[in-house]
Order: sequence, then structure tokens, then C-alpha cells
Amino acid sequence: MDNVYSCFFSDMGFLNVAISLIIGISTLIMIRIFYVIYWSSKPLYSKPPGPLSTLIVLGSGGHTAEMLNLLAVMQMDRFKPRYYIAAATDNMSLQKARVLEDSLIKKAEVEVVGTSHFLQIYRSREVGQSYVTSVGTTLIALTHALWLMIKIRPQVILCNGPGTCIPLCVIAFFFKVLGIRWSSIFYVESIARVRRLSLSGLLLYKLRMVDQLFVQWPQLKSKYPRANYVGRLM
Amino acid sequence: MGESHDSVKSKRIVFVTVGTTCFDSLVRAVDTQEVREALFKKGYTDLVIQMGRGSYIPLRSTGEDGSLSVDYFTFSSSIAEYLKSASLVIGHAGSGSIFETLRLKKPLIVVVNEDLMDNHQSELAEELAERNHLFCARPQTLYQTISGMDLGSLVAYQPGDATPVANFINRFLGLNDE
Repeated sequence: MDNVYSCFFSDMGFLNVAISLIIGISTLIMIRIFYVIYWSSKPLYSKPPGPLSTLIVLGSGGHTAEMLNLLAVMQMDRFKPRYYIAAATDNMSLQKARVLEDSLIKKAEVEVVGTSHFLQIYRSREVGQSYVTSVGTTLIALTHALWLMIKIRPQVILCNGPGTCIPLCVIAFFFKVLGIRWSSIFYVESIARVRRLSLSGLLLYKLRMVDQLFVQWPQLKSKYPRANYVGRLM
Repeated sequence: MGESHDSVKSKRIVFVTVGTTCFDSLVRAVDTQEVREALFKKGYTDLVIQMGRGSYIPLRSTGEDGSLSVDYFTFSSSIAEYLKSASLVIGHAGSGSIFETLRLKKPLIVVVNEDLMDNHQSELAEELAERNHLFCARPQTLYQTISGMDLGSLVAYQPGDATPVANFINRFLGLNDE
């Protein structure tokens, strides 16, 4: 009789401990997430930091043109080394980035402008791909993104729109939560978005996964008050 | 008597571009008699169509019979030269294409492709049209837009500047030595 009762009570004890642990850890994680979201929106360094490793996410066509416009006016000696990522199916973007980097080397030494790296990533979804197969390809893309992010662990992430940046930004956010690496994530919505945010932009805005989100038209600033309106890049 | 030299006749070229897309409805609309006549009446002499991945093939014409000369090609590694020599550009609503044309200060009619799903491209064309930087049309309304357009009403687009974004990022990261 004693054995049955003691088994019953130890099972109850185990269950209680397990539930308490789960609640406790979940609470800690939630607190950490709120902490990350709160501090992400605040200016980061009180005194000028050294060079910051930077991840630049390139998208097809217009996206890349805008990003290159931005990079052209940034101080490359403060953002290095630079990692350019483009979708595996995008042929032109990395090429254009190489042209930009080559022109930098012509103007200054590698010690000043830093090294650059060009990488390709699997896309979550191709334009027109069925949503069913997209689940599989998204998982592959997520795994690949995780692998790249573990290798790079950038301090700054610049992206402007294509779905390619979502897995990377999500992973960067979780790296922040887990204390693996604190990345400052900047998202510039494409100039083609005048009245509505893109799906990528909307996700990152609502989930508060980026430090700062920039829009290029005043209509978007009124609709999404936490965004920054800084005029047009093109 | 003798040959008339092209350098003496001044050409006014209309350049139609669809970029890397398939935009048959635009090529068809441009290739209609009424649009070609409307362009001719407005003083244009040549029509050059970059038709991209489209399947509709326009009819070439030398224009010797006192009408628009028509030519076409599929792709070019760079359409910059075609844009530069054009007096009017009729293009698809891709942002790269739009801003490349506006940078060259060419009159532009942007035609929105209604067959595209999720046509967010029209937002940019409509906003720029509202600001009088270009004309906006659909393939079906292209004729009316051409007949009724007043190029003098167009306002030059001032190119944007990415410096405010860069400055914001610098301030946020504490990179300014202040």
C-alpha cells in the first residue's frame, strides 16, 4: 500500500517541478524578449565603437540599387568587415556589390576600408511558388540562414526588403535574446512602397524585430508611427 | 536630289521598355494603329520597342509611307543609350526603370501591368504622377494619355539622397565624434 501511495506522490512531485520549471523558464525568456525589444530601439553605444562587422542583405533589381545608394554614403572604415548576402537565384546583385567594393579599394587601402565577402543564401520562396512547397523551402532557407549567421555573427545588419532578409533578421533577434550576439538591425523599406509596407517590412515592424525601420514616403510614416521618414534614397 | 541624310532630319524617338518582364498588353497597345497615329501626330518619328520576355511580336515598319517607323528587340545589356536618345519613354512600373528614366530627365509614361498579382508597383507610379513627375496609364488608356498629354506640365524629379539615413544610423550607433 505504501509503495502505491509513494509512487503516486512522487509522480505528482515530478509533474509539479516540471510545470514550475517550464513556467519559470518561459517567464525568464519573455522578460528577456521584452528587454531586448526595449533596448533595441535605444541608441546603442555611448562612445564611438570600433569598426562594426556588417551584414548587407541584397535583393533583386530595385532593392539592390537602393542599398548600393545607401552604402555609397556610408563610412566604410567604420562598417567592416562587410558581408554581402544575396539569394542563390539572384545573379546581378553580388556582381554589383563587387563593383562597389572594387571602387572602394581604388580609393583607399584595404586596411582602411576593410575586407568584403560575398555569399549566397537559399530563398524561402520564389515568386509564384506554391505556398505548400514554400514550407519546405523555407525550412531549408532557415537552416542555411542559421549556419551563415553562426559563422558571421554581425554587429550591424542592413536590409531593404526582399524576403531573403526575414530568416536572417529572425535569427539575429534570437541571437540577441540568447545573448549570442547583439546586432543592430536596420531595415529600409523600398521606395516602391508608398502607402503600404511590404510583407517583410510589416512583419519586422509588428514583431519589433528591427532596431530602426526607415520609410521613404510620408504616408507610411503617418500609418506606422514607429517608422522613421528620412526622404527618398533614389 | 540625292539621298536625304538622317543627320539633317531630326528624329524624335519614342522608346518603349518592359525591362525583364513579360508585358504583352503594353506592346500590343503601343502597336495599335490609333496609338501609332497619335504618336505620329504629336511629332514623333520613330518607335523602338524593347519587348523583353513577351510573346507578342510587333510589326516592323520603315515609316516611308509618312507614318511612324517601328522597330523592336527583346533585351539589351544596357538600355541607357536608348533612353538617352529618346524624346519620350513609355515604360513598365518597375522602380529601377522609372528612376533611371527620371534621372535622365526624359518625359515618361508609366504603364501599370494589371495582370501582375499584388500590384504594389502602381503605388509608386501613381504617387509620382500625382507629383507631376510622369504620366501614369493602363494599356487600355494609353491612347487617351498620349493624345491628352502636355509635356510642359511635367516637373523634374529631384534625385533623392541617402545621406539622412546614413547620418541617422551613425547617430544611433554613436559613430559621430561629438
